[in-house]
Parts: sequence; structure tokens; C-alpha cells
Amino acid sequence: MSLSIAFLLAMTFLISVGGLALLVWALANDQFGMGQRAAETIFAPGEVGEVEDPATPSADRASMQQSREAAHQTSNSEELFERTVADQSSRTPVLFWLSSSMIWLLLGSLFGVIASVKLHLPDWLVQDAVLTFGRVRPAHLNVVAYGWASMAGVGVGLFLIPRLFKTALVGGRYAIAGGLIWNAGLMYGTAAILAGLSDGLEWLEFPWQTDIALVIGGALAAVPLILTLLKKRVGHLYVSAWYLIAALVWFPMLFVTANIPNLFVGVDQAMLNWWFAHNVLGLWMTPLGLAAAYYFIPKIIGKPIHSYGLSLIGFWALALFYSQVGLHHLIGGPVPTWAITISIVHSVMMVIPVIAVAVNHHLTMLGSFRLMLYSPTLRFVVLGAMMYTFASVQGSMEALRSVNTITHFTHYTVAHAHMGLYGFLSFVLFGSIYFILPRLLAWEWPHAWAISTHFWLVFVGWGIYFWPLTLGGWLQGLAMLDPARSFMESVTLTQPYLQARSVGGSLMTLGHLVFATHFLMMVTREGPRRDGAPQLPAGRWATKGATS
Amino acid sequence: MTRAIGIIAAAAIILLFATLMIVIMPSMQTQSRSHPSEGLEAYSEQALRGRAVYVSQGCVYCHSQQPRDPAQAPDGIRGWGRPSVPGDYSYDNPHLLGTMRTGPDLLNIGARQPSVDWHLAHLYNPRAMVPGSTMPAYPFLFEVMEEKSSTDVEVKLPEAFSTGHRLIATPDALDLVQYLRELDRTYPVKVIPTVEKSAPAATEAQP
Repeated sequence: MSLSIAFLLAMTFLISVGGLALLVWALANDQFGMGQRAAETIFAPGEVGEVEDPATPSADRASMQQSREAAHQTSNSEELFERTVADQSSRTPVLFWLSSSMIWLLLGSLFGVIASVKLHLPDWLVQDAVLTFGRVRPAHLNVVAYGWASMAGVGVGLFLIPRLFKTALVGGRYAIAGGLIWNAGLMYGTAAILAGLSDGLEWLEFPWQTDIALVIGGALAAVPLILTLLKKRVGHLYVSAWYLIAALVWFPMLFVTANIPNLFVGVDQAMLNWWFAHNVLGLWMTPLGLAAAYYFIPKIIGKPIHSYGLSLIGFWALALFYSQVGLHHLIGGPVPTWAITISIVHSVMMVIPVIAVAVNHHLTMLGSFRLMLYSPTLRFVVLGAMMYTFASVQGSMEALRSVNTITHFTHYTVAHAHMGLYGFLSFVLFGSIYFILPRLLAWEWPHAWAISTHFWLVFVGWGIYFWPLTLGGWLQGLAMLDPARSFMESVTLTQPYLQARSVGGSLMTLGHLVFATHFLMMVTREGPRRDGAPQLPAGRWATKGATS
Repeated sequence: MTRAIGIIAAAAIILLFATLMIVIMPSMQTQSRSHPSEGLEAYSEQALRGRAVYVSQGCVYCHSQQPRDPAQAPDGIRGWGRPSVPGDYSYDNPHLLGTMRTGPDLLNIGARQPSVDWHLAHLYNPRAMVPGSTMPAYPFLFEVMEEKSSTDVEVKLPEAFSTGHRLIATPDALDLVQYLRELDRTYPVKVIPTVEKSAPAATEAQP
């Protein structure tokens, strides 16, 4: 024990000195000095002040711009045309990853609803092992995490890369090949879980064949990022690019390490398990979501983010603190207390990057909230960003021993997970997809009402999911802690909340159906034809398009 | 490009450091694999097969296997056993510590419910044994048979829940029950990491 303490002290000292040296170097080399100028990297010259949301019906776009109430000159630069070319360059791989994610979203939602209903109708669909709760639940988790969120996240990332580096995407076909392999791995993995061939560790249920497919598929999807980076035509890497680059480093490190067979057994394996499971959220899904939010919020409202320096501090703080929070899933478990305490401390320290991100997202929006009336993308992304703040602060609180004693082992945690992965990440991804498709397809979304229907179904559904389950979980935890009450009481009292969750989950699924149908109509150009090419002012597109 | 390489390197180093802190260091201390508790017996062949059934049916999504310290939660009063220690899990691969208690903790289920009959009836219809239970039924772990051979194990359901057919447990069901019966960590351990013993943490961990 004294050896470990000495080691910890030595490590802490070395890391602190190293960190200080890095900070001095960064200041000396003007790494933070680009300040607000860097925040404008995502705009073309003269574009600040101009709103951009191709998902807004063309009729509303002028009023949206008026609401922006900012002096701006209509930009007409070469860069805008080049951006159109850049958008087109990522078309096929982005469409492939996004379309795949749609199918997984529907399948994952279906599994989710089945699992939810089974918790209050335990004799429903029990004739076959394939549909037992203990298989449908992990199938739901893995399909939405690796099928929906990861694939949509990579798709959005692939769209952002050429925009962030201001050049055409290089090596898109690697991403398509990667997507094919990823899909094949997921299909096999999902079938394996339903067949009872799970590895047995939460978040790591997929068998080794799927693990290999995801590693290869993910690596191939990262190739265009590197190749395009080499051709970049911007002086500064915008913060979204930082998140994307880091995420593509972190995911393979996490996924490969956690899947090495027989590395650990017992408690040690549990620590590795939760190191992975929380990092896959913090260092893979969160960066994907934040990269999108950091791009779309300022871009749509035509206003650089509030504080660029803060965004970089937020990035490094997220890396440092998020990476060590995993063991808060084992509070009270048979794990060294000091290790759990490290995780609790870091969970609370997460407040720093969260505030940095919150300040940037919310203060950038300040004065522009009216634009959410016009822009469907903004509605989803801004709400998602707010829920990121909420989910993170909630997570920090939940890691405190006093709170965790109540919430651990209850549905409260499940509700919290849906605040993060749904309220934050899925909302941001929905918004991003609404923005991206018109740019890729040079076509407007066929029905504005379908976007609103999707929004209200998932927003209301998610509310009915989250709040009752949070309350039910809390009451369940209190009941379990009271030795005067029988365990069965904690089971019985959750029933109405679990039923509410099924209602909420069904509404969300209905919303996904509307979304996916609309997506399909968009891709196949079904429905009313509206405003053929919303990329640029029509005249500009016609003249430039004709000559190139 | 230098900037990108900087980001990649720093991101990787930070993650390695985190791995060192919350995986490698604590596992050097616990050494689950090589330091079983005195009194912990390895699972029997049949129990290991049953453990695979437990994994394949996803029991872990509702049942934890980690009783907490009495100072934190009344797990002991509920009969779930003393706080577990790393040495209790030396033969557990995959680990099944779990994160949910939709149902009770099972680390010592074998000690508090050793009856094969009870477990079989409970698996076939949980509500026959525990009124109000929300556990899924596992009818597919049983077969309806009119003729019973000498080796078959018949499920004894309470009168009110009887199906009128003769129910025989499949090998999977019998293996699973054997695993549950071998879940017994009631032997004493020398070092129980009670909250009281690590004094500074004591006040903080009060619920």
C-alpha cells in the first residue's frame, strides 16, 4: 500500500511538472493566442453574421436572417463555392454512414421498447430465449451505441472534415469500405447477443469477430481524416477538429485494450470494464457530439463562438478528467477505495470542461434564441447542448458517495444514461443530419411538418421517459436503503414509472419512424419538389456550376 | 500538421495515464487472479456450465454480485452477505459484479436458498414462488414430458400454478441452478475493507 502511495505521489509530481512545462510551452508558442480570430476559421471571409441552415424552408430563410439582426455583408467569396465542392466531396461516404445509422436507430429503438415493456410485463414474449430481457437489453444498448450513435457520429464527422480543413475529402472510399465492415460486424454481433453468445461484460458484449470488424472498420473510417488533414488549407485547426482527431485516437485504444481476452479476471476485469464503458461515452461519443455542436451552433447563427481560448481549455480538461471517472460505477464495490476516490474526484472536476463548453455554447446563443423558431437544426443542436450541460452536472453529482449510495443499482442511472446519450448526443446528431442532407443532395427536406413532428415526438417522449424514471429510480434507491422495508417494495414501487418509460420510449420510437421515413423520402427524392439547390444563392450556383 | 500530431500524442498519453491510475495500479493491489480468498472454492464443472447460462441469459442486467458495507447500505440485513473482497472473485471470468438491482444481489444466493426445487420452480415461473416478482419466466429451460425417466428432474410447482403437465428441467436449467447453489461467499475473510477501518472515509460514506 505504501508503495502504491509513493508511486502515486511520484507520478502526480511528474505529471504536474510535465503539465506545467506544456503550459509554458503553449503560452510561449502562442498556442492560445489565436483567440477569437481562430473562432472564425469556420466562416468564409465576410460570412460572419450570415445564417446558414439548409433545413429551414426557403420561405423562412429570409425571416431567419432578419431575426439575426446583425449587420452583415452578403458574402460572395470564392470560398463559399469551394465549400460547396467540399460538401459534395464527402457525399457518398457520409450518406452511407448516415443511412446505416438510420436502420440501426430503428432496430435499436424496437429493442429498447421491448426491453422496457418486459420490465412491467414479465410474462410477455418469454417462450423463446432470443427475446428474453437479458438479451434484448444488451442488444438495445449495443445497437444504439455502436450502430446509431457511432455510425451517425462518424457520418457527421466525415461531413465536417472537408469543411473544417477547407478542402475536398480525400480517401472517402476507405470510409465506405470501413462502413461496410462495421455494418457486417454489427449484424453478426447483434445476432450473437440474441443467440446468447455474449462476452458477458456490459458495453463489451460483442464477440471477438465483431470486435475485429469494428476495429478495422473504424480504422478505415479514420483514413480520410488523416489524408484530408495532410491536404488542409486552413492555418488553424478549429476546436471541432481537435475533438474528432482525439476521438479517433481514443476509440481504438479503448476498444482494443478492453477486448484483449483474459487480460484480467474478477475485480480487476470489472475495473477494466468500467474504465472502458465510461470512456467510450466520455472519449468517443461525447467528442463526436461536441465536435458537431461546436461547429453547427456558431455556423448556423453566423456568430463565432464566445471564447475560443476557453474551448481549448475545455478540450484538454475533458481529456484529463473524463478519462479517469470510470470507477464511479463501482462505488461500494470490492475495489480499492483510493482508486474509486480518484474517479469521484475526476467526476467532480468534470465541472470545469462542462462549464467551459456551456459558456461557449450558451453565451454564443445569447441573443439569438429566436432563430430556433426558424431553424430545425438549431432547435435540436441547442437543446442537445443544454442537455449536455445538464447530463454532465447530474453525472458529477451522481458520482458523490452520498448521492451514489441512493442511485447506484437503480433505474436512476438508466435515466441518466438517456439524458446523455439521447438528450445530448442523439439530439445533436438529429440536428446535424437535418443540416447535412440538403447540402449533400442539393435538395430540400420534403416536409417541414415532418421535422416538427419528429422534434415534438422525441422531445415529449424523452421527457416522459426521463423524468418519471429519474423519480422512480430515486424512490427505488431510498426503499432499498431502508432496512425496515422489504426488497419487494423497491420492485413494486417502480412499476408505474417503468410503465411511463414504455410510453415515453414508444413516442421516441414513433419519432424515429417519422425521421427515418422522411430521410428515405429525402434520399430517394420523393415528395414535393422544393428549391432545387439550397447551397448557394441560385444565380451564383448556376453561373459557377456551369463553368466547372 | 505539427498541431495535429501534438493533439494525437497528448490525447494518447492522457489516456494511458488514466489507464495506469484507475486500472493498472488498483489491479496491482487487488490481484484478483492470483490471490483467491482462503475458503473460496473453485466452481465445479457443472457450475461453470451454469455460469455460462447465467451469462447467456443476461442475468447480470438485473442482479448484482457485490454486497456493500453495512455502513453504506443494509445489504447484510437483507441477507445478501458480508461486504465482498477482491479474493471472492478469483475464479470469475467474465466478472458478473453487475450494476443493477432490479432483483436482489446474488453473491450468496446459494447460502440463503440452497433448494434445487425452489430454484427450478422459480425459474419456470418466478411469480409462483415470489408474489409480485417482475423477473422474466424461463419456460424454454424446461420441457413438457409425459414419461419421466429415472434421471429426469421434475419441477414441483405449487398447486395453484400447476400446468397439469409434467415439467422436466433441461440440462441448462440444472447447470444454472448448480451455479446459483455454488454462489456462496459466507466463509470469513481476514481483511474486509470496512469503512470503519479506513478512518478518513468513514464520515463521507454515510448514506
